[in-house]
Amino acid sequence: MWRGDASGGRLVTYEVPRQPSQTILDVVTWIQREAEPGLSYRFACRVGMCGSCAMMVNGIPRWTCRTHVQKVLKNNRLTIEPMRNMPVIKDLACNMDEFFVKWKKAEGHFRGSKTRQDPIEQLLPDSPKRLAASAAIECINCAICYASCDVVSWNPAYLGPAALNRAWSLVNDERDTGQQPRLKAIASDAGCHNCHSHQNCATYCPNELNPTASIAGLKRLAARAVFSGKI
Amino acid sequence: MLDVRLYLLQRVTAMIMAPLVILHLGVMIVAIQGGLDSAEILSRTQGSLFWGGVYGLFVFAVSIHAAIGVRVVLFEWLKIRDMLLNSLSWLLFIILFSMGARAVYAVIA
Repeated sequence: MWRGDASGGRLVTYEVPRQPSQTILDVVTWIQREAEPGLSYRFACRVGMCGSCAMMVNGIPRWTCRTHVQKVLKNNRLTIEPMRNMPVIKDLACNMDEFFVKWKKAEGHFRGSKTRQDPIEQLLPDSPKRLAASAAIECINCAICYASCDVVSWNPAYLGPAALNRAWSLVNDERDTGQQPRLKAIASDAGCHNCHSHQNCATYCPNELNPTASIAGLKRLAARAVFSGKI
Repeated sequence: MLDVRLYLLQRVTAMIMAPLVILHLGVMIVAIQGGLDSAEILSRTQGSLFWGGVYGLFVFAVSIHAAIGVRVVLFEWLKIRDMLLNSLSWLLFIILFSMGARAVYAVIA
């Protein structure tokens, strides 16, 4: 397990007893309770709802609460590290500020035109745009895609798969009125065109979302916007 | 680093290059049937506006396409940024275009 802080650290070996149905989060919790009380790590729901327990397990980003030890154990050993592409605060806790700032930079917030006095807008759940929005909407901001993305590791300004996937769900939201600034954000030099379509994000997303497909949609949208003079 | 305009420029130049490569390969296959002969090649290309246009356009598209592609590699792998990145991208474009234009001139003029 990686131990250290922003100034550096190293892998430390712990021996942890096996339990039936043991998860990686169980392992980390056992280490904190029994061997290393000063260990820092994050978790909240323990059932794959909140996304806060994401860590690198054997080099792959995973929700530790939903990862069974028996599925990832190699030669009776595990390597647990803080999430990639984000600065470490301490031990397994990383600083996610930039990750969330990029959501804002990608205009990942809804802008509506209605007030509470207006009637509720009717949306057809099976319209093509709503289906595209729904396909991308179940993201819970765990940052696993962001940690798995090689482009983020090469280009720290790149908005990343989560923020762009969020932008795609809003691009397809017919109620949203903030499309022009969003278009500019996703077509910027930190935007969707930096994606190489490696598909790490789609491979490792625990919610089985496909940010690569969302980004491909944004690329097409931005290209059409250039030719139609919108950006 | 790669905004929508550079991205599109690279795709559009690829779309220009693809049919020109097919045309070039097709002509090569047909032209060498009677043996490979520089005089025969030059007789086709010298003074030809068409072949000058084809190869001139190809060289122009390649220079843009390659400069943008290498720009991405310089940025992502060698961590080259800002002014130096722009300068090296333009330099590569100029080198490729001038070498290509010289070659086109040699077979057309």
